[in-house]
Amino acid sequence: MAKLELRGLGKVFGATVAVDAFDLTVADGELVCLLGPSGSGKSTVLRMIGGFETASTGAVLIDGQDVTRLPPERRPTSMMFQSHALWSHMTVGGNIGFGLRLRRLPRAEIARKVGEALALVGLAGMAERRTDQLSGGQQQRVALARSLVLEPKILLLDEPFASLDQHLRERLREEVRDLQQRLGITMVFVTHGQDEALALADRIVVMRDGVMQQVDRPDRLYRQPRTPFVAGFIGQMNLIAVEVAGGQIRHPAFDAAAPVADGPALLAVRPEAVELQPGRGAGRVHRVTDFGSHAVVEIDLPDAGRIKALRPDVPAAAPDTAVTILPRRYHLYREDRMIWSSDTVTGEVAHA
Amino acid sequence: MRVAARLRPDWIGLVLAVTLAVAIIGPMLVVGLWAFAEVWRYPSLLPTEWGLRYWGMTLGRADVWTALATSLQLSFVVTLASAVICLPAAYAFARLDFPGRNLFFLSFLSIQAFPRFGLLITIATIFLSLGLVGTFWGVAIIQLVNTLMFMIWIPTAAFQGVDRRLEEAARDVGAGPVRVFWSVTLPQALPAIVAAIMLTFVGTFYETEGAWLIGAPHVRTMPILMISFINNQLVIQLGAVLSVLLWVPSFVFLLAARRYLGPQGLGRGLGG
Repeated sequence: MAKLELRGLGKVFGATVAVDAFDLTVADGELVCLLGPSGSGKSTVLRMIGGFETASTGAVLIDGQDVTRLPPERRPTSMMFQSHALWSHMTVGGNIGFGLRLRRLPRAEIARKVGEALALVGLAGMAERRTDQLSGGQQQRVALARSLVLEPKILLLDEPFASLDQHLRERLREEVRDLQQRLGITMVFVTHGQDEALALADRIVVMRDGVMQQVDRPDRLYRQPRTPFVAGFIGQMNLIAVEVAGGQIRHPAFDAAAPVADGPALLAVRPEAVELQPGRGAGRVHRVTDFGSHAVVEIDLPDAGRIKALRPDVPAAAPDTAVTILPRRYHLYREDRMIWSSDTVTGEVAHA
Repeated sequence: MRVAARLRPDWIGLVLAVTLAVAIIGPMLVVGLWAFAEVWRYPSLLPTEWGLRYWGMTLGRADVWTALATSLQLSFVVTLASAVICLPAAYAFARLDFPGRNLFFLSFLSIQAFPRFGLLITIATIFLSLGLVGTFWGVAIIQLVNTLMFMIWIPTAAFQGVDRRLEEAARDVGAGPVRVFWSVTLPQALPAIVAAIMLTFVGTFYETEGAWLIGAPHVRTMPILMISFINNQLVIQLGAVLSVLLWVPSFVFLLAARRYLGPQGLGRGLGG
């Protein structure tokens, strides 16, 4: 229920720069995912928003108010931790009601709010339980209720479902998404799982080595990855070093248009954007894997590289069959920046 | 079928339990029986004459009551002082980073590495010049030294074992640092701290060397009295009665701390 602004946020631990010049504005009611491999600084950003780390540089603003120097207890944020972080010496109700007790609310009011919060996360009537009597999923729900009961302006989640199994994780993240939309709460979510980010986020921030790589809607991020790192990190991507000359990609296995200056470049093409034509061609089928709903064909290139193509049907191609490779939608990178994309239209039309 | 399988006794466990019980409870039982025996000669399995004569004799002596009072006072004072000194120190060792932290921590523990008696004699000579020998406070101080290891080591491990995220979660919902300590850190570490306090109390109650070297002849604790009983005239029953008397405070303490002393509670407190 609030707008979050991060301005030039930076964090230095000793000699290492954990986060560098991080700018981000999260709109009221928006769900933003911070996505990146471990050590990319995503958790540090989240902890700076929550007040658990002090920013070395820059500022954190919530609804225009500077909270950079405030300790966690005086910030209108609430954090859900990776390991639920429930207090095992208190009951479920005690955990949820602790923050309310600190605010000196009347007992009856606390009981009412705790009951409501438990109902909200689907654990009605469990206030008297001990936390170790709950399953992992229930514990995370209690942690969520503990955060929500204080009606924070911004909810922060630090890989909250990482320790749960796949099915439970998917169910809980759907629930969290529903709750977030129902309550209209502003949310920042840290994860290293791209599926989670793509499924949940209004916008995704991809981070690497403390530097923001790209901020975009999930579909744009997938179709218009601005750096080779983002291209390789989100979804499957074939990354092939090529040479551009005279507006054409010169590669022993295929040709494609490339209206850019001559020189070396990195070609990025998704498996589903690789079309194959049997017979002739310099590609050799290495292996066909049948996934039921689709098949993945791996093709050896003449330069010892390999490219993956995704087909809706299982091609009856024996290994070592010659195929022609036709990249349909692709991006070109040079010096870590995108220099050309054949996919601009698709990305824009989808959100027109 | 399943119920029957579960009810089948675990023979190895039973044998182990019985062996342990015989080894631990056996001697205690013999001492307990002696305390209520007036005549018990070989080869009788049980005392031939029972009675409370020696209880009357023991409890009728003024020095027994003084010694008991002295011992209890000492134990309370030393435990309290030790907690006041050591618990904040343990928290500092566990959570704060200051120069020389590890060296300082080790120096606390190294007291246990010295031959105790040599250390005591050195301290005794210092105490002599300070006029502390033969005084209650002299004995209290010397016993305080003995308690340092339990009261620093165990609580330090306990504080270290408290997940920082639990504390951060408490900060997050609005608790200040002091409130976090009282409402989260301390309760989480409590089982191990209670264990440390109990070990300190019982250890002080039974401590003999320091109490004897510094306290004699004016300050007499229960164990010292027992030694003098045994030295003067060997009456088994008197020793047995005193043993039972000595055993009572620690048993009461154990019962009181039972809730905190499950293997799980202690393990969790120690970060296991």
